[in-house]
Amino acid sequence: MTLLTTLIGTLLFAVAGPVVGCLLAGLDRVISARMQGRVGPPVLQPYYDVRKLFEKERVSVNSVEGVYVACALLFALLAGGIFFSGGNLLMCVFVITLSSLFFIMAAYSTRSPYAEVGAARETLQVMSYEPMVLLMAVAFFQAANSFDVAAVLRLDHPIVCTIWLVFLGVLFILTIKLRKSPFDLALSHHAHQEIVRGVTTEMSGPVLGMVEIMHWCENVLFMGWIGMFFVWANPVSIVIAILIVALVYFLEIWIDNNFARVKWQFMFKSAWLVALIAGGVNVAFLAFL
Amino acid sequence: MAFASKSPWVIHYDGSSCNGCDIEVLATLCPGFDGERFGVINTGNPKHADIFLVTGSVNEQNIGVIKEIYNQMLEPKVVVACGICACTGGVFHDCYNVLGGVDAAIPVDVYAPGCAVRPEQLIDAIVAGVAALDEKSAALKAARKGA
Ligand code: SF4
Repeated sequence: MTLLTTLIGTLLFAVAGPVVGCLLAGLDRVISARMQGRVGPPVLQPYYDVRKLFEKERVSVNSVEGVYVACALLFALLAGGIFFSGGNLLMCVFVITLSSLFFIMAAYSTRSPYAEVGAARETLQVMSYEPMVLLMAVAFFQAANSFDVAAVLRLDHPIVCTIWLVFLGVLFILTIKLRKSPFDLALSHHAHQEIVRGVTTEMSGPVLGMVEIMHWCENVLFMGWIGMFFVWANPVSIVIAILIVALVYFLEIWIDNNFARVKWQFMFKSAWLVALIAGGVNVAFLAFL
Repeated sequence: MAFASKSPWVIHYDGSSCNGCDIEVLATLCPGFDGERFGVINTGNPKHADIFLVTGSVNEQNIGVIKEIYNQMLEPKVVVACGICACTGGVFHDCYNVLGGVDAAIPVDVYAPGCAVRPEQLIDAIVAGVAALDEKSAALKAARKGA
């Protein structure tokens, strides 16, 4: 993968990522509402929300907060670009983590107690899902003999056949990554209150709008990771992958609506346990057998 | 096109109400009335909110809090006085510590009378508030262009 393909991929993702992510978020809200016996907002509601946020007055507690959030958005776009242009999966994982770190820095920079609680919880979330994400990259290498995402297009069976245990592990931490209940400790999309809005407590107007766009892009990237498990040399597999992604997202919405938020201790322990069992066993199996 | 009216996020503060109006405000946001149809989201954070729903009258103790929440909200913003207590002081108007309605502390855009204010009335008030929000948003845009 050359620098140029990554660059073009990033530019394309910067356009397509937010569009797809926005529709996904809109569908998420409509389906959630239907699950709760409500009519729910229009599908384009997330778009309206963000447009409104960009129309708001520009107020910030300090000047660096916006820069950190802009960096977080930029690296999320880059991570998406690397992934969808078939680039290095490990690099994609590192860049998206860097994006999370910028987001945490933005929250800490405001010195607000609520934002700091959110930032601390966000850090715990990163610590919880990161082992599984790294093991996913390792297992991907073992299954595809390359860190390049494009390598799946040359395989004669999807990588999920050899690393299905890792897939289950990724499914578990996906709930943390998508900020869905029961693991929406740092930043919940429901029942907004100060602590629950955590990281974004001090973010407002256009900065909050950027955060929303970043989440859309992140969600598209993570669903891309899920799809990656089901793609092989056959072009039909892309359709299968998209169907499975839709199914997994529906499952996540269902989980979101049916489980109460847990304490961070449970999130941390369970995520590491899953990483150790699902990731560790699968990686060890492939390495020694 | 102004998007302010399409996603009115509300924040709710209880002045010195008897809690009757608060229950109605929360009832308005529950699935039965489904405020999210109009993009209404209940936020707990003044920095995210567009519409400030105040219930109950203003007194010596809470005037500072109401002003603080109002000042933390970003323009364009709209204040809705929910219930007759918030409009004028209502049954509490001659209490020794009551200063009057919400307009004794901050500018009010929409008055929603009633004791307690009904959810239907509140939805009407929020819709009226949304129109005011659009006007303010347009004015803000014009001012930004002029500046
Ligand atoms: S208007 Fe009536 S119900 Fe509402 S706070 Fe006042 S006394 Fe209570």
